[in-house]
Amino acid sequence: MSTVAGLTRATLSKDLRLEWRSKDAINSMLFFSLLVVVIFSFSFDPTAEESRHIAGGLVWVAFLFAAVVALNQTWARELRNQVLDAYRVSPAPPNALFLAKVIGNFIFVTVLQALMTPLFIMFYNLRALGPAYQLPIVAALGTWALVVNGTFFAAMSIRTRSREIMLPLLLFPISIPALLAMVEATSSILTGDFSAKFWIVLLAAYDVVFTIASLFLFGFVLQAE
Amino acid sequence: MKRVFPILAVPTAALLGYALYEALVAAPTEQTMGNVQRIFYYHVPSAWTAFILFFVNFFASIAYLIWRNTKADIVALVTAEVGVVFCSVVLVTGPIWARPVWGIWWTWDLRLTLTLVLWLIYVSYLVLRKFSSSGQTPLLAAVLAVFGALDVPLVYFSIWFFRTQHPQPVIGGGGSIDPRMLHVLLINWLAFSCFAALVCWSRYRLEILRREFDETMALEALLEPRTSHTNSSRSAG
Amino acid sequence: MSYLYAAYIATWVIHFGYLGSLLRRYRRLKNEIEDFKVRIEEKR
Repeated sequence: MSTVAGLTRATLSKDLRLEWRSKDAINSMLFFSLLVVVIFSFSFDPTAEESRHIAGGLVWVAFLFAAVVALNQTWARELRNQVLDAYRVSPAPPNALFLAKVIGNFIFVTVLQALMTPLFIMFYNLRALGPAYQLPIVAALGTWALVVNGTFFAAMSIRTRSREIMLPLLLFPISIPALLAMVEATSSILTGDFSAKFWIVLLAAYDVVFTIASLFLFGFVLQAE
Repeated sequence: MKRVFPILAVPTAALLGYALYEALVAAPTEQTMGNVQRIFYYHVPSAWTAFILFFVNFFASIAYLIWRNTKADIVALVTAEVGVVFCSVVLVTGPIWARPVWGIWWTWDLRLTLTLVLWLIYVSYLVLRKFSSSGQTPLLAAVLAVFGALDVPLVYFSIWFFRTQHPQPVIGGGGSIDPRMLHVLLINWLAFSCFAALVCWSRYRLEILRREFDETMALEALLEPRTSHTNSSRSAG
Repeated sequence: MSYLYAAYIATWVIHFGYLGSLLRRYRRLKNEIEDFKVRIEEKR
């Protein structure tokens, strides 16, 4: 079980099992996401034509808030049970733990998105005028971008003061190119005005760069604790 | 520190004064924008200086990650702080320039937007340095700096493409520049670079002094119980 | 024209603001060092 893949799988399945049994994190996040969709729908109530232009931005801001809520509790269980100290002294590769956390968060946030999206479609009467098959690709790449950096910065924030505000404070500036890409890609696909190809390539590049950087540097962050 | 500072400060101030004269008086007036264009001589050198400082920060952070050299950590801190100051100048002079020329305060101009994102990234870097407990601050900060630096080309391309899809006004004009204007621009850049170096050096000395003092205080606190212990044993014996 | 002066003045306000904060930090540090020296002398 000392290979990265094996350890990742073990940690991931443990996390998923624990979440499934307790369901407290996912329930509160679900409700929070629902609230976000409703409030946004009250605040921005455009006609169907206009909504196609702004929906990209709205949807991703809502997803971003939901993701931050999910990310903030990423390491909470490990902190409570001093798991990180154990990890530091064990010969196990720290990357496995990190990867497991990222994939776990990715699954969480994707579930949230899957539940929020129909609501958004309903409230805004959304219909994609461009190639709709590209939307899941954008969603996956965009979510990975948020989640890989978010999990990393959540680990960095663990021993800082004001931990909960530190995470978005570090995450948002660095995520700007990814957020721009997500929003523009989604808007392009919904309005059909432009091709989303460049944005998808940019998102993929962003994901590759920061996944490698995170895997490479996570060891340092674990040491620092 | 007391003696060296005036020796460096006076020529720097003189250079800045000369550069100011060149910018306000000697440089030719621009055709379309008029005198407002002279903001260019402060706006652009500040941007270049900020970018250079952040560049140095990147290398200092990597040096820290590899060698755990304290001096590298201090250089990273100093360049980040002074870089944010120069970035702020760019972000303030940009809109002041844009308003009379384009009638709007903000435009998603490539350089201006890039500067804004850099400002955000490095302010978050400084906040991390302030809020994390002192033992791990250098390491975490260095990691964040590397992330920030990796982000920069991605930011650049994303803004660049955004602008091709949604055309916006360009602050500072593209294209070729009058050689006399280039001359004044370079003089101002030299003056501000010297100024930046002076400020960095001052901040560096301050940080060294602060850290030495903190260490001394910590040592004194460590030795404190032992001295009172010896006193009591002496009085008892 | 006033925009031009506003920009130049704003630039120096920012720079002097930062330099001022450096000076303040330096003075506070000097005071702490003086206090520390006094405490050490008193102990002797």
